[in-house]
Amino acid sequence: MKGVRMWVPLLLFAGFCGLAAYQLTQPKDEFIESTMIGEPVPDFNLRPAIETRPGVALADLKDGRAKLLNIWASWCVPCIAEAPQLEALQRQGVPIVGIAIRDKPEDVARFLANYGNPYTRIGADDLSEVQLSIGSSGVPETFVVNGDGVITYQHIGDIRAEHVPLLLQELAEAGA
Amino acid sequence: MRWFLRIAIALAAAVSGPLAAQQSLPPAPLAYEQLPDAEQEAQAQALMETLRCLKCQSQSIADSDAPMAGDMRHQVRTRIAAGEDPEAIRAWLVARYGDYVSYAPTVSETTWPLFAIPGLLILIAGMILWRRLRKQA
Repeated sequence: MKGVRMWVPLLLFAGFCGLAAYQLTQPKDEFIESTMIGEPVPDFNLRPAIETRPGVALADLKDGRAKLLNIWASWCVPCIAEAPQLEALQRQGVPIVGIAIRDKPEDVARFLANYGNPYTRIGADDLSEVQLSIGSSGVPETFVVNGDGVITYQHIGDIRAEHVPLLLQELAEAGA
Repeated sequence: MRWFLRIAIALAAAVSGPLAAQQSLPPAPLAYEQLPDAEQEAQAQALMETLRCLKCQSQSIADSDAPMAGDMRHQVRTRIAAGEDPEAIRAWLVARYGDYVSYAPTVSETTWPLFAIPGLLILIAGMILWRRLRKQA
């Protein structure tokens, strides 16, 4: 009996090491999800990021139509990767409102000339204030906002082709 | 010595090139600027040291040079200068990013074992010690 009990601490220690080793091999979840899902977008008013599109204010989100709110920037490389998907969504009639983070008008214009402009409006968020107010932690991120200005879904990272059906479904549920 | 310099310059160029290309806007006004009121600045500094940078994990926003951390420092200083309570600012951020954004430990539904287990272990160790000592006596 005593011989068996002697091994208990070692077994416990080995079990702990095993657990730690297992956790180390697990892929880390780097995404910081917004806790604003189901909450209304706080009030804001952003100047236009380029001349050819108007800026964005909260009232523009509350026009009764569900839409995509795309947080992006011209200096963001994955934003180039998601451009074709945004274009496809726009062609299907989805209203897409853009918020450009820390960006200059000339850089925004160059990006849109190169990769297409799927946006109805683009606001310039020079101090990341709107981004912080909706719990977004990077670019690109895409929020589904319903016609009352309430966030119903958050997509973190670039939109790939396989994400489009889910976004369309979320938009339909939000009442597009 | 010259080859060393050459490598150092090449390295510096390789590192700074992409950084410079990344963002062209200057940092937010209060990202690197202290508040004129020393007491308010101390409050802001204390809060910034316990808020987590969202871009650069495992750094506080006071430690980080990421543009987003600068924007967060700007927001913290602006709000404290406007007379907002530091804990209200923390609560505002936690409402957006969850506990993740705060380094200040709180007892909650998921974290209470972290506070309870050490006490429990000390209690068990004390009991074992007490029994052993009593046996010896």
